[in-house]
Amino acid sequence: MPPLIETSELTKQFDTLTAVDHLTFNVAEGEILALLGPNGAGKTTTVRMLSSILKPTGGSARIAGRDVVRDARTVRHLIGHLTEFPGLYLRMRPLEYLDFFGELQKMPRATRRARAEELLRQFDLWDARNRRLGEFSKGMRQKMALIRAMLHAPRVLFLDEPTSAMDPHSAKQVRDAIATLRGSGHTIFLCTHNLYEAESLADHIAVIRRGKLIAFGTPAQLKRDLLGPPIWELRLARPLSAPWPYLDGHLRVASSDDWSLQYHTETPESTNPLLLRRLQEIGAAVLTLHETPRSLEDVYLKLVQ
Amino acid sequence: MLTDALIITRREVRDSLRDWRIVAPILILTLIFPWIMNLSTRLAIAFVEEYNATIIPLRLIPFAVMIVGFFPISFSLIIALETFVGEKERNSLEPLLDTPISDASLYLGKLLAAMIPPLFASYLGVAAYLIGLYLTIQYVPEWIILLQIILLTTMEAIVMVSGAVVVSSHTTSVRAANLLASFIIIPMSFLLQAESILLFWGQYDVLWYILAALFVADVLLIRTGIRTFNREEILAREIDELNLGYMLRTFRQFFIGARFSLVRIYRDDVPRLLRENRLALATVLAALSLALIGGWFFASRYPLPAELIGSIKINPEMLRQQTAFQGNSLLPRLDVGTIFFYNLRSLLGFAALGLFSFGSLACLPMVTTMGLVGFLFGEARLFGAEGIVFLIAALVPHGIVELPAAILATAFALRAGASIIAPPPGVTAGENLLRALADFVKIILFVVLPLLFIAALIEVNVTPQILMWMYGR
Repeated sequence: MPPLIETSELTKQFDTLTAVDHLTFNVAEGEILALLGPNGAGKTTTVRMLSSILKPTGGSARIAGRDVVRDARTVRHLIGHLTEFPGLYLRMRPLEYLDFFGELQKMPRATRRARAEELLRQFDLWDARNRRLGEFSKGMRQKMALIRAMLHAPRVLFLDEPTSAMDPHSAKQVRDAIATLRGSGHTIFLCTHNLYEAESLADHIAVIRRGKLIAFGTPAQLKRDLLGPPIWELRLARPLSAPWPYLDGHLRVASSDDWSLQYHTETPESTNPLLLRRLQEIGAAVLTLHETPRSLEDVYLKLVQ
Repeated sequence: MLTDALIITRREVRDSLRDWRIVAPILILTLIFPWIMNLSTRLAIAFVEEYNATIIPLRLIPFAVMIVGFFPISFSLIIALETFVGEKERNSLEPLLDTPISDASLYLGKLLAAMIPPLFASYLGVAAYLIGLYLTIQYVPEWIILLQIILLTTMEAIVMVSGAVVVSSHTTSVRAANLLASFIIIPMSFLLQAESILLFWGQYDVLWYILAALFVADVLLIRTGIRTFNREEILAREIDELNLGYMLRTFRQFFIGARFSLVRIYRDDVPRLLRENRLALATVLAALSLALIGGWFFASRYPLPAELIGSIKINPEMLRQQTAFQGNSLLPRLDVGTIFFYNLRSLLGFAALGLFSFGSLACLPMVTTMGLVGFLFGEARLFGAEGIVFLIAALVPHGIVELPAAILATAFALRAGASIIAPPPGVTAGENLLRALADFVKIILFVVLPLLFIAALIEVNVTPQILMWMYGR
């Protein structure tokens, strides 16, 4: 399946500042890519180039096979963009606001009305449909902006900090909506500082710093590449009376005492059963064996520091 | 294009009509102001009729109609200045730029939205005023004058809105846009004064010329606005162009570059500036040629009376009188310093006015001068070859140096004034203005000033000698 988002050596130069520097990556249809990076790393500039608002000064980018410069209007129809700030028209009401954007996206009147109602209900805003947007809370405004981006059912969604300013319940609603969108074949490009969100939602993670792509892969790949093989921890029900069976060549011990053992292994699928068998042979009572959780935060901090 | 534009227009008009800060003044100017004006008109008529000055009310009412119509459209400026930069400040512009609407539709939609409510209020105000006059004094305006005033009001609204939308799409804050609005307000106030004079003077025919000029300005401004509108620049620009430090640094960069070098200025900069400004130079030359021809034809239409021609003799006495006349009236004294500073002052003064009139007023002194020269040559023709030779002897020796200097100053002032409406791609209006000003200052300091000084030297020391040599014996 051809990628839905393709960038090749994508570059944006503002006078002397290189905001985005030779960025190359692909995102397949139905995938979620989380773009991470410190403030000023070039995330928003990248999204604006992919949304056909900013013109690249070098390289190229395509959305669903359409060039972001040559086919700018088509690209803008194919995408939905949740901007960094909601930027609503505060004197409007939800339905007329969505109707305005639906009309700009050439949606038939009945379709945009039905879609607006569906999304407002999904995000618990239907009851507030008669209030002006200026009366909405921060979280409600953010949800409204997300609905605006999703209104015309775009094939690609660019989401810039989608859950910022939201309470936990609303944030979960948005995350669930993103997961549902992925399930229905939408491709999502997520810019976020929320690493939990990135890890739980994204198929691939891209990390940029000073405009350059410094890491790209699945969360598991990135952890393995940057933090080494996963650490396994084994705990016993009672202290071990004999030495630990180290299985030379299969595992590397990180630490150990009479009650527990932490180790790295490249082949957990064969090493772990073997270790359990050996422990059984020497009469040890195994309480738990699990992979120590390593967060994306560790990966991110290692990359950007 | 228009369908998409109207989607924007509908939303924005609805939004404007929900803002009491816009609606309240428009309502006052539409309903209360015409009523006050009506009362004032009746009082004025009653007063002047006591002295049988019946012509005054006849001229006063069209003027009052114009004022009643103009005040509401002044609000279009406030709405138009907000269009892009206001939305950018409120972060609502980017979602709009993300939609598939074309740049031209977006621009046109915003333009119409800024224009429709004030223009509608203006027509309503005029109607309210005239209905009031009809009901109270049974006044019915001449339809042709009413048509002229309505068209003038409409064209002025378009000029103000299209100019303000250009400003709004090229600035980074509403504050900066408001300050730059003086580039619109000052020429409009001059225009309004000129129209008032014409209305009081009863020169209604001249209003058609003003309408034609406004129409050209409308077309130019809208075209320039659409051509220079750029999604990218609106979003990518972050620096406030009215930051004084930034302005000084940018000006210095354009003026001096990395380091000051007089050799580089004469060897590289001046030839480059002449090349880059060839369009402005050609425009000025074309305007001056037209003025020269116009002056010549004016002289043919209004020739000096034959008896006057017979009485004028070019002789030493006449030359002495001419010399004595210098300095006693509008003409400067015949010394190098006075002539030099007189020329410089008029060029710089009108260049400053040019900044507030898209460059047009900068051309005024040279166009007037060349029109006068054409007129003088046209009249001198009546004296036969002698008259022409006299003018050549009196004007050419210093004119051959002074004229290029004045053309250069005018062309660079024209470009500086026009720079704000047509910045090249990738350059902001403010940067373009600063660059044009730096170029203007450079050409004035290093080319125009020396040439004007040489011309003044010739005018004081050489021209009188030639004339005395030719006619003083």
